[in-house]
Amino acid sequence: MANYQNDMERMIVESVLAELRKSGAAPAAYGNTTAGSVIEDGVINLPDVDHPTLTNAKNYAAVEAMKQVTTARIGLGRCGTRQRTDTWLRFQADHAAAMDAVFLDVSDDFLKKNNLETITTRATTKDDFLREPNWGTQLSEEGVKKLHEICKQDTQIHEQRFHSTITKVQVQIIISDGLSSRAIEANIPEILPPLVQGLEAAGVTVGTPVFVKNGRVRVMDQVGMELGCDVVLNLIGERPGLGTASSMSAYLIYRPTKDTVEADRTLISNIYAGGTPPVEAGAQLVDLIQDILKYQCTGVKLNEATK
Amino acid sequence: MKLKAKMYNRTFEFHSVAEVLAKANEVKAGDTWQGIAAESQSERVAARLVLSRMTLEDIYENPVIPYEKDEVTRVIYDDLNQYVYNEFKGYTLGELREYILAHTGDEVLRLGRGMTSEAIAGVAKLMSNLDLVAASAKIRQPARCNTTIGLPGRISYRNQPNHTTDDVNGIMASMKEGFTYGSGDAVIGINPVEDNPENTAYLLKTVHEFMEEWKIPTQACVLAHVTTQMKAQELGAPIDVFFQSIAGTQATNDAFGITKDLLENAREACRQGGNSLGPNFMYFETGQGSEVSLEGDEGIDEMTLEARTYGFGRHFQPFMVNNVSGFIGPETIYDGREVVRADIEDLFMGKVHGLPMGIAPCYTNHMRCDQNDQENGTMLCAMAGSFYFMGVPGGDDIMLNYQDTTYHDDASIREILGLRPTPEFEKWMEDMGLMEDGRLTEIAGDPSIFEK
Repeated sequence: MANYQNDMERMIVESVLAELRKSGAAPAAYGNTTAGSVIEDGVINLPDVDHPTLTNAKNYAAVEAMKQVTTARIGLGRCGTRQRTDTWLRFQADHAAAMDAVFLDVSDDFLKKNNLETITTRATTKDDFLREPNWGTQLSEEGVKKLHEICKQDTQIHEQRFHSTITKVQVQIIISDGLSSRAIEANIPEILPPLVQGLEAAGVTVGTPVFVKNGRVRVMDQVGMELGCDVVLNLIGERPGLGTASSMSAYLIYRPTKDTVEADRTLISNIYAGGTPPVEAGAQLVDLIQDILKYQCTGVKLNEATK
Repeated sequence: MKLKAKMYNRTFEFHSVAEVLAKANEVKAGDTWQGIAAESQSERVAARLVLSRMTLEDIYENPVIPYEKDEVTRVIYDDLNQYVYNEFKGYTLGELREYILAHTGDEVLRLGRGMTSEAIAGVAKLMSNLDLVAASAKIRQPARCNTTIGLPGRISYRNQPNHTTDDVNGIMASMKEGFTYGSGDAVIGINPVEDNPENTAYLLKTVHEFMEEWKIPTQACVLAHVTTQMKAQELGAPIDVFFQSIAGTQATNDAFGITKDLLENAREACRQGGNSLGPNFMYFETGQGSEVSLEGDEGIDEMTLEARTYGFGRHFQPFMVNNVSGFIGPETIYDGREVVRADIEDLFMGKVHGLPMGIAPCYTNHMRCDQNDQENGTMLCAMAGSFYFMGVPGGDDIMLNYQDTTYHDDASIREILGLRPTPEFEKWMEDMGLMEDGRLTEIAGDPSIFEK
């Protein structure tokens, strides 16, 4: 509970700020000592924690400035020694988003809407996936069968469209939930169309993208070996932090083998609205894949080749 | 040595000390992943029955990884106090459990000098959670760098102001806030994004300037690889204490890029060229499951390997050992129950080794664990006399992407249990007007008190 003195201080600060705000010098919520939730159409939004919520600041402007240079949860204030209600609720909301990203599956609706067929791995449940890290790197028997069926259709489609015969595509794109289904749902609709169209416009043959359920990074090696394609691109959900649950990575491998190691892969990470936006990442990948096809390698070797 | 036990109508047979040690464990994901866990609760208890009848000598004569093969085993055996070992070698682990629970902390510390790490792990496997807390609470061997941690009636914190890009202003902002909650009397410890000597030296110099300007009695550390920190020292960085992650097998220490010789050289570099008083100059981090996740486990269970890590660590007389079992991942520690158990096992095992133990009862977002588990672990470890915890703003480490003890938790634990900061740091807080009679004052929690 704020005491009289704090209320007085707050009134003074807020009246000064109101003046500043009129001249555009202060952000809207500046100096607000409670996080507060904006209520829109009867719906309570998450408490805002971008601004200080401590009630005892000697210098609010200084704390506000500190919050501009870090996303750490500072300037929270306290009740006794504990966190205030709104920052504690916001923490729980952010952890809930992270856990749901890990433990919930990509929805069937989403897969249907984006025309993604599901290929399964040895990890049939999330618990198996988390407990047995190798299982998510191995396709199930059924998964292998389905992958070949889709690939066969791709070669038939190619013949119909281009009247030329191919036995395999150059690039196969797989989408793996990894540690964040949220990352897939947030980024795939934006990254996939420009990526596939960009590659095809550059004359690269691309297989129909497939969704690998409970997949890890290294599952791309088996996909590459099964299909014999030149490049496999694995778009995979990253382990969520409290800051964002929707960050995605793009791993690339050129003709993987059983001896493929991590240094052989090329990686673009941090793909999400607040990092590298998905549309931008899609354009980068189109260029990168053309380089990979030209130099016939990925990873450390590609870095050296393009120096 | 008997390796068979009957549980009502079923007889269980085991084949080695290592198998008994693994199967005696509480459920841990890492053991299940390795395929070495007990297959039923009855088998688990049968393994404990067998273990309780093994003598200290049985364990000594059957190291889980041979002396010739593994540097960690050699350090453990070479450092053992033979006089104490001979005095107790006829005791069974069941008898040693009772000895530990019935004797004083100093008597347990003396016993610990004659126990191999596997034996210390073995006794811990026979203990319930409250056994572990009761035994840990009385064991105290303080350690000193600039200031002393682990004194009776005191609890300390590492101020952990990490930043996503090592932005020094962002780091300082979090650090300032932490100080006002009383976090930072164990160490100011920054995990850098960029592991290079220049960055390490720059961060250390900046933090030290702040400590000197505000006369803050503590120590600082940048948790880069030890070789990076040694290079930073050559660039003129003030070194109070060297940090390094260590593990319970040579194979895993190889993966960490460390050997016994390297760590001895580091300690010597701090003793001869460092900034601090000493005599304890090393800061280690450890965690159950690090070996199996780096494929260096040699088929041994993660709890026993954690004890071996402490056996290796005690050779270097560290200033602090910090356990981060909850950081490794769900394939080694799956949920809240497992992590809380691991935290108090580790605290006990470390303390019997005579180490200045702190715990990070932390969790990652792909574990089935939440802040309530984390807080339960913190409260139990505080009761068990953990020397320190971490302090992370709002519990959210934005750089390492995991959750740990908050600045708020640090202050709460002190006030709940009536514990104080290190004496020098308490005086500093009083001089700053941040603490009175061991409690935070009105101005605490405001990082802008350092603005002039």
